[in-house]
Amino acid sequence: MPGKLKVKIVAGRHLPVMDRASDLTDAFVEVKFGNTTFKTDVYLKSLNPQWNSEWFKFEVDDEDLQDEPLQITVLDHDTYSANDAIGKVYIDIDPLLYSEAATVISGWFPIYDTIHGIRGEINVIVKVDLFNDLNRFRQSSCGVKFFCTTSIPKCYRAVIIHGFVEELVVNEDPEYQWIDRIRTPRASNEARQRLISLMSGELQRKIGLKVLEMRGNAVVGYLQCFDLEGESGLVVRAIGTACTLDKLSSPAAFLPACNSPSKEMKESPLVHPPSHGCRSTHNSPIHTAPGSRLTQNFSVSVPTLIYTGMGSGSAGKEGGPFKALLRQQTQSALEQRGGSPHRFCKRREFPFFTLTAFPPGFLVHVGGVVSARSVKLLDRIHNPDEPETRDAWWAEIRQEIKSHAKALGCHAVVGYSESTSICEEVCILSASGTAAVLNPRFLQDGTVEGCLEQRLEENLPAGCGFCHIPYDELNMPFPAHLTYCYNCRKQKVPDVLFTTIDLPADAAVVGKGCLIQARLCRLKKKAQAEANATAISNLLPFMEYEVHTQLMNKLKLKGMNALFGLRIQITVGENMLMGLASATGVYLAALPTPGGIQIAGKTPNDGSYEQHISHMQKKINDTIAKNKELYEISPPEISEEVIGSPIPEPRQRSRLLRSQSESSDEVTELDLSHGKKDAFVLEIDDTDALEDVHSLLTDVPPPPGFYSCNTEIMPGINNWTSEIQMFTSVRVIRLSSLNLTNQALNKHFNDLCENLLKSLYFKLRSMIPCCLCHVNFTVSLPEDELIQVTVTAVAITFDKNQALQTTKTHVEKSLQRASTDNEELLQFPLELCSESLPSHPFPPAKEHLESASSNSGIPAAQRATSVDYSSFADRCSSWIELIKLKAQTIRRGSIKTTVTVEKASPVGEGNFRNRSAPPCANSTVGVVRMTPLSFIPGAKITKYLGIINMFFIRETTSLREEGGVSGFLHAFIAEVFAMVRAHVAALGGNAVVSYIMKQCVFMENPNKNQAQCLINVSGDAVVFVRESDLEVVSTQQPTANCQPLCTGGEVTT
Amino acid sequence: MTSELDIFVGNTTLIDEDVYRLWLDGYSVSDAVALRVRSGILEQTGATAAVLQSDTMDHYRTFHMLERLLHAPPKLLHQLIFQIPPSRQALLIERYYAFDEAFVREVLGKKLSKGTKKDLDDISTKTGITLKSCRRQFDNFKRVFKVVEEMRGSLVDNIQQHFLLSDRLSRDYAAIVFFANNRFETGKKKLQYLSFGDFAFCAELMIQNWTLGAVDSQVDDMDVDLDKEFLQDLKELKVLVADKDLLDLHKSLVCTTLRGKLSVFSEMEANFKNLSRGLVNVAAKLTHNKDVRDLFVDLVEKFVEPCRSDHWPLNDVRLFLNQYSASVHSLDGFRHQALWDRYMGTLRGCLLRLYHD
Repeated sequence: MPGKLKVKIVAGRHLPVMDRASDLTDAFVEVKFGNTTFKTDVYLKSLNPQWNSEWFKFEVDDEDLQDEPLQITVLDHDTYSANDAIGKVYIDIDPLLYSEAATVISGWFPIYDTIHGIRGEINVIVKVDLFNDLNRFRQSSCGVKFFCTTSIPKCYRAVIIHGFVEELVVNEDPEYQWIDRIRTPRASNEARQRLISLMSGELQRKIGLKVLEMRGNAVVGYLQCFDLEGESGLVVRAIGTACTLDKLSSPAAFLPACNSPSKEMKESPLVHPPSHGCRSTHNSPIHTAPGSRLTQNFSVSVPTLIYTGMGSGSAGKEGGPFKALLRQQTQSALEQRGGSPHRFCKRREFPFFTLTAFPPGFLVHVGGVVSARSVKLLDRIHNPDEPETRDAWWAEIRQEIKSHAKALGCHAVVGYSESTSICEEVCILSASGTAAVLNPRFLQDGTVEGCLEQRLEENLPAGCGFCHIPYDELNMPFPAHLTYCYNCRKQKVPDVLFTTIDLPADAAVVGKGCLIQARLCRLKKKAQAEANATAISNLLPFMEYEVHTQLMNKLKLKGMNALFGLRIQITVGENMLMGLASATGVYLAALPTPGGIQIAGKTPNDGSYEQHISHMQKKINDTIAKNKELYEISPPEISEEVIGSPIPEPRQRSRLLRSQSESSDEVTELDLSHGKKDAFVLEIDDTDALEDVHSLLTDVPPPPGFYSCNTEIMPGINNWTSEIQMFTSVRVIRLSSLNLTNQALNKHFNDLCENLLKSLYFKLRSMIPCCLCHVNFTVSLPEDELIQVTVTAVAITFDKNQALQTTKTHVEKSLQRASTDNEELLQFPLELCSESLPSHPFPPAKEHLESASSNSGIPAAQRATSVDYSSFADRCSSWIELIKLKAQTIRRGSIKTTVTVEKASPVGEGNFRNRSAPPCANSTVGVVRMTPLSFIPGAKITKYLGIINMFFIRETTSLREEGGVSGFLHAFIAEVFAMVRAHVAALGGNAVVSYIMKQCVFMENPNKNQAQCLINVSGDAVVFVRESDLEVVSTQQPTANCQPLCTGGEVTT
Repeated sequence: MTSELDIFVGNTTLIDEDVYRLWLDGYSVSDAVALRVRSGILEQTGATAAVLQSDTMDHYRTFHMLERLLHAPPKLLHQLIFQIPPSRQALLIERYYAFDEAFVREVLGKKLSKGTKKDLDDISTKTGITLKSCRRQFDNFKRVFKVVEEMRGSLVDNIQQHFLLSDRLSRDYAAIVFFANNRFETGKKKLQYLSFGDFAFCAELMIQNWTLGAVDSQVDDMDVDLDKEFLQDLKELKVLVADKDLLDLHKSLVCTTLRGKLSVFSEMEANFKNLSRGLVNVAAKLTHNKDVRDLFVDLVEKFVEPCRSDHWPLNDVRLFLNQYSASVHSLDGFRHQALWDRYMGTLRGCLLRLYHD
């Protein structure tokens, strides 16, 4: 009996009128957990009942605690007929199961009904008493923390990053189990909500078990998805990165690990010729995975592109450390007791990480984007307890990804994600990530100390290490254009870099970044089963190719050379396929300047045609120049004398290329394949290509004062102010069905996305200057002629004046940003040694100093480091003072907190929260911020309260009366936001970070006046404190009021 | 390509003040878009008409959803669906309950019933305010009236508490409720020169002095109804004009004091008896509901118009009224001094406010 769940129903408010005669309601509440149900008394004739019930106690296994949601149903008592349900509240009690998160859930929850939406609110208090369980065979995984955030959460440090964890559970979908006539859609939707809640609980528990087996204590970058496979069932799957996290206030000094390349990588004797601006996609290696694998059902594996296209050389020496690591892990896995050791080992095969941002030094090199897709035919899941088919499908895909990564000379995949697109019985499984070489020290135990000494020996300049190629350049079967790194001049870099991760904090960037999208539609004949799957799989490689070409063209048009956060979504519909790729383009200082775009015509003799071509060429050149100005891309001129290296100046490259190309056979070949053109050449040989060029030029830049990106931080902007606005926007268009061509379709889709962006810019104009961050587009094809685009993003304001100042020296700025980020990471360790700090040399500063001095001879850009150092130190010293003050406050405050926490944790915390509750309960509702980012600008996250993972279904049979489809969905999304906020507030939080709307499935039947929508959202509930408040508090005596701010104190002592 | 669905939902609900104004003014989406285009917003922002259309629709939808909550403003504060900063909430409420001068003059003092609601069409045509906006304003009056009608305590406080309006707007609503309850006639042609502010001023004075709440705030504290007992008692004042000696004495007292101080002294002297008779008769008639309704008509007919035709300056009116009320205290035979003060104190204030062109 390892847990006791206690629930108290306090009161209700704003209940709907259930009795027309009296205009009142006789409400009571059923509280259900597992198979136990309690009821409150009926509170007669009130819309604001005060039940103030006793504590309902459930004695349950912790396994159930993890799986089951607490189910609260509000009903209207009816003497003569059946009681009418007013609505329900599902509360996930998982956050109460680990010690550092919330200890009580208390607050007003919206009462939700699938037909009526929110109908009043109910005030509930939930607590859990956990008993320590020493049973080694336990099936629960209480205590494992889950984070949606795809980086190490702000108030933790990673001791070890264990690696990939995945799990999936399947079940029959209640909607399809029941014949409509027997059960109302409402009942089936409620059953669905309950089932999914249960399944995600189970899934989380199972993942937790795997983490415990790996000896981890947390899952970071947890991504859970639902596949509504229709008749074949319902799949809930999740992936994440198992880690061992330490709360940052623990005494182990945290030092970021080194940024060291493996020794083998350091020098390669052969000088590779730099070649023309960009490698075009037709040279992309196409990795053809072994034909169609008929596992159990029909399936087609799709040839995949590796995006950087930098050949599939041998894994080479890089494989070394990783292999060792793998062996070690397998060994430890075998030592542990687990359900099935075989499965367990298999899982370790995948060196994948769902993280997109990393502790300094973790990421050594980045190879490029790897992705794999596979088309499957869905079949009924026969035995839900053995979801082997689905497991096998994903295992195949992951295997493919792994081999792609190997081909790029990388032993790991970071920024990894998986997705599906389902239409009828066809399903496309997709996985993508960024092949990378990681610092193995992070993946093992007890190496943090050793790392310290080594880092001081290595003096690789920060900001370019990750760009250096990880693969063996001698062994590249595919042409690639390598140059010496423009930053350090020591290592080779590719001419463009595509990744799925966030821009590393220390990356040297020139100018600002921008959102780049490639959009594509392809018509497809309607077909059945195998024929359909084959048709789709035949189309996919072409789509990937075109998406890549578009991305490359647009990147060049922007004058940039790298993409971050690349996310390619391929959506399948009845009669078409849609591809949407979003990424953030940047100019990496380490990479060569991209060449321009040249247009070549096929019929050179026609005079007017020539004129047309040259006109277009001029337009393109103008656009590039304009973009460079807009995004402030003016790379520092590097004179050859200073460098003293064979790296040519960008403009002279073509000349040098030719001279060098004679020295190597390999390169001669390469040149031939590109027709010896310096710039990226677009050949206008048919109308298609003409369209492409036109569409290139139709993308309008955002209005002045607006920037947008799909990554966490906007490259080149670092002076955020505190105003944020998260939003979701949904658009559905109906295509006129007759005679649709690919071009027309493309245009519609392009217009849809562009108009949506324009609308966003207009709506948010009051926030200028601002940046749309983490812009996340999702496309779906709900019906034949419908295209649905859903966008979630956050607008953040920034200080323009400051931005203007910093733009003077771009490199300096980016370095400065890198250092502020270090500062961010270091503040807690600093706090610990704050007493001795003045005499103590400051580790990161030292590093900067050293790197600066060691590089002082070389590029001008590097000298910025030393210039920056002084201001950095200045800021540090003021930080130290602030932190000292804060440390004292926490220490003083912690005396109170620890007593309550140790003696009777839930009650103590409960009291404390009750004390802080009144402002919320009394007058206005407390503000809860939501953001898809992992941080809140201008604020410090002090506590993670647990994961929010919610699933809602809303239906209506009076669509017109509710304002049509727009009115219906608008209200529903607003309600979903409200329910997320209410849960966060009840946990004692004031924000959700890493918020994501994973699913928004909308279906309508206007003829029947009906519509239905499913929404799945998740995020991390947190407590944050404004930095300005922090200062105020640190100078004050700790009082009861400031305790929420000092919650970190309970761990300090 | 047609847009089937197009929505934008922010975690913090976006409120565009200009669009809110258009919505409150009852414009349809297409009219609102046209008006926004005319305002030059497209040139300022570089947006297209389609963007404007979509934005306007979004805001209208939001306002439509908020309207239900605006009907009971405390709900807006406690609801969880729309996260709106308090200052914005206040703005939403204040603007929603704001009304047009032209409209309020049409319905002030009318019964807030279905019958009146049917006349809104005419009011809309007459005032140029859209029917939608008229309905909103009318429904607001009615809603506030219903809520505070039977309530104890200060009328203004009640309104403020239940509708979270600003002090100024609460006072205006108190006047509207008071007028609607007592059905004062304000629509007659000769009253057209009066503004809502004039009436509201009078209403406030009357609420303060002539209602039940004014006498005793403990018992059955009602600000809405006039003190019936007080109205009955007002008959006693008749003696001031009925008793010829008293009237003469009163006149001589006033004339003695004001001699040389008024520019219109002779006119005053000549008219004294008429004016005094008018004012006292108004008081005596207040026993009957019908005459209560005609209070303002009577005041204008019996006092404002005669003075105005003789071109009394406002200051002379003030001096006269002060002296007129004060000298009653020197009439030995008159026993209803307190009653007189309660009546005349308020009336003096009202008359001074009503006396203008």
